[in-house]
Amino acid sequence: MMVVKRLEFGYSSCCSPILQDIAFEARPGECLAVLGNNGAGKSTMLKCLNRILSPQKGTVYVGKQDMLQMPLNRVAQSMSFVAQGSQNSRLTVYDMVMLGRKPYIKWGIRREDEELVASLLRQMGLENMAVRFLDELSGGEQQKVMLARALAQQPRVLLLDEPTSNLDLRNQYEVLELVKQVSREHEIAVVIVIHDLNLALRYCDKFLLLKDNQVYDYGGEEIITAQSIGEVYQIAVKIHTIDEAKVVIPQFQSCS
Amino acid sequence: MEIAKAVVGKANDGKVNTVVQNMRLPRVLTAIVGGVGLGISGCVLQAILHNPLASSSTLGISQGASFGAAFAIIVLGAGAQGSTVAAMQFSNPLLISLCAFVCSMGVSLIILALSRFRKITPEAMVLAGVALSAMFQGATTLLQFFANEVQLASVVFWTFGDLGRTGWREVRLMAVVVLAAALYFILSRWSYNALESGEQTAVSLGVNVNRVRVVNMVICSLTAAVIVSYLGIINFIGLVAPHMVRKVVGNNHTYLLPGSALMGAILLLLGDLAARTVISPVILPIGAITSFLGAPLFLYLLFKGGDRS
Repeated sequence: MMVVKRLEFGYSSCCSPILQDIAFEARPGECLAVLGNNGAGKSTMLKCLNRILSPQKGTVYVGKQDMLQMPLNRVAQSMSFVAQGSQNSRLTVYDMVMLGRKPYIKWGIRREDEELVASLLRQMGLENMAVRFLDELSGGEQQKVMLARALAQQPRVLLLDEPTSNLDLRNQYEVLELVKQVSREHEIAVVIVIHDLNLALRYCDKFLLLKDNQVYDYGGEEIITAQSIGEVYQIAVKIHTIDEAKVVIPQFQSCS
Repeated sequence: MEIAKAVVGKANDGKVNTVVQNMRLPRVLTAIVGGVGLGISGCVLQAILHNPLASSSTLGISQGASFGAAFAIIVLGAGAQGSTVAAMQFSNPLLISLCAFVCSMGVSLIILALSRFRKITPEAMVLAGVALSAMFQGATTLLQFFANEVQLASVVFWTFGDLGRTGWREVRLMAVVVLAAALYFILSRWSYNALESGEQTAVSLGVNVNRVRVVNMVICSLTAAVIVSYLGIINFIGLVAPHMVRKVVGNNHTYLLPGSALMGAILLLLGDLAARTVISPVILPIGAITSFLGAPLFLYLLFKGGDRS
C-alpha cells in the first residue's frame, strides 16, 4: 500500500508551489485515476512520487519505507514508471524488458532475470517480436513493451503517465485491460494519470481530482458528479448511466 | 613467417627483429589501443549526453589538447629540430604531451563545472563544447600568429597526428588507462541502456543520472586526453565508430561498447595502413587521413540511415 501525505513541490522557492498538501492512498490490486485539467500538476505529482522530481515536503510511504529518503535504486525496486509518449529507442523488445531488471543487476544478467523476462513477454503476447527493435513496433505494441518493462521491476506501485494518449480505440482498451489484470494478479497498486474520463470510470477504482495545485476531492466513483467535473475541468457535463456504467458527456457550447 | 617470428624476437635476421619490435609493433599496438579508446569513449559520450554528435573532437577536448601542445611548443620552447617536416623530432615531447593533457582535461572540467553549477541540459553541454573548441582554436591561431617559422611548422606537425611518436613505455601507459576505462564502461552498460530511454525513465530505473554523467564524462575526457596528448588530433574515429556499429547491433550497450572499441581499432589501423602505403615511403598524417576518409563514411551512414527512420 502506498500512503502519500502533505506532498509539496515547487521548481524554486521564489515561485508559488506547483503542488500543495497532496494526500491520498493507493491499495494493492486497485487502480487510482489522477484527474484534472492541463497544468493542474498531475504529471508533476506522479514524478514526485518516484523521485524524478524532488518534493520539498511530505512523505511517500510504500509499506514501511519512505520513498523520499531511500536510495534511487531501492525506490526503483518498489515503484516503476511508464513515461508519456512513444519510444524511438533502438533496443530490441527483449532488451527493453530486460532493462526493467536494471535495479537488480549487479554484474550481469542472472538466470532468474531471463526467466522473468521470458514469462512477462509471454503474458503480454510479445514473444513473437522479442528480437524486433522497439522503433519498428506500433504504438499499442510499444506501450505493452513499456508495461512489461515496468513489471520486470517487480514493483509494488506502478505509475503510468497518460498510457493511452497516443493509442487507437481498441488499443486504449487493450492496454488498460492488461493493466487492470496485472494489478490484480501481482497485487500492484496502480496510479494512472489519464484524460479520458470514461476510460477512467471504466477501469479505475479510486479517483483523485486535482484543481489549482491542490486535491479537490479524493474517493470512489461517487465523487465523479456533474458538479465536481464541471468545477475541475471548467466545462458543463451531463452524467448518464448506460448499461449500469457512468458515462460523462460534455455539454460544450461554442461561441457562435 | 619471418615477421611472425620477429614479433616474439625470434627472427634469424637481427635487423628484422629490431624493426618489428621497436617500430612496427609499437605502432600497430598504438593504433589498436588508441582506436579502442577513442571508439569506446565516443560511444559512452554519445550515450550519457544523449546526443549522436558527442565525441572528444566535437566537445573541444581535442582542440584543448592542440592548444596545450601549441603553448608548449611556442611559449615553453619544446619545439622541433630538423629541417623537413618528415624528419622532424620534438625536443621535449613529454612537456608537449603534458600540456596537451592538462588543457584537454581543462576543457572537460569547464564543461562539467557549467553543467554542475548552472544545471544545463545535455544539449547545452554539447553546445558549450562547440563554443569552447572554437575558443581554443582561436587561441591556438593567436599563438601561431606570434610564433616563428620553425615553431609554426612544429605546431602544425603535432596537430597532424602521428602514430609513430610512441615507444613501448607510452603504449603501456595508454593501454592501462584505456583498459581501466573500458572495464568501467562495460560494467556500467545497463546505465547507458537506461539513459537511452530518456532521463526520466533512467531515474525511475534507479540510475543517478547526474552522477553517472559526471563520472563518465571525467573518465571519457581522461581517456581521450591521454590518447590525444600522445597521438595528436585524430578526428572522427570517436564519432563514426559507434554509429557504424549501431547500424548493425542497435543500441544495447552490451554489444555496442565492445563493437565500438573493435571498430575504432580497425578504423585507426586501416587509416594508418592507408597513411603509410598511399605514397610510400612518405607517411601521410593520420589525423588528416581519418578526417578525410571518416567524413564521407559518416555522410554515407547518415543518408543510408535516412530511409529507415
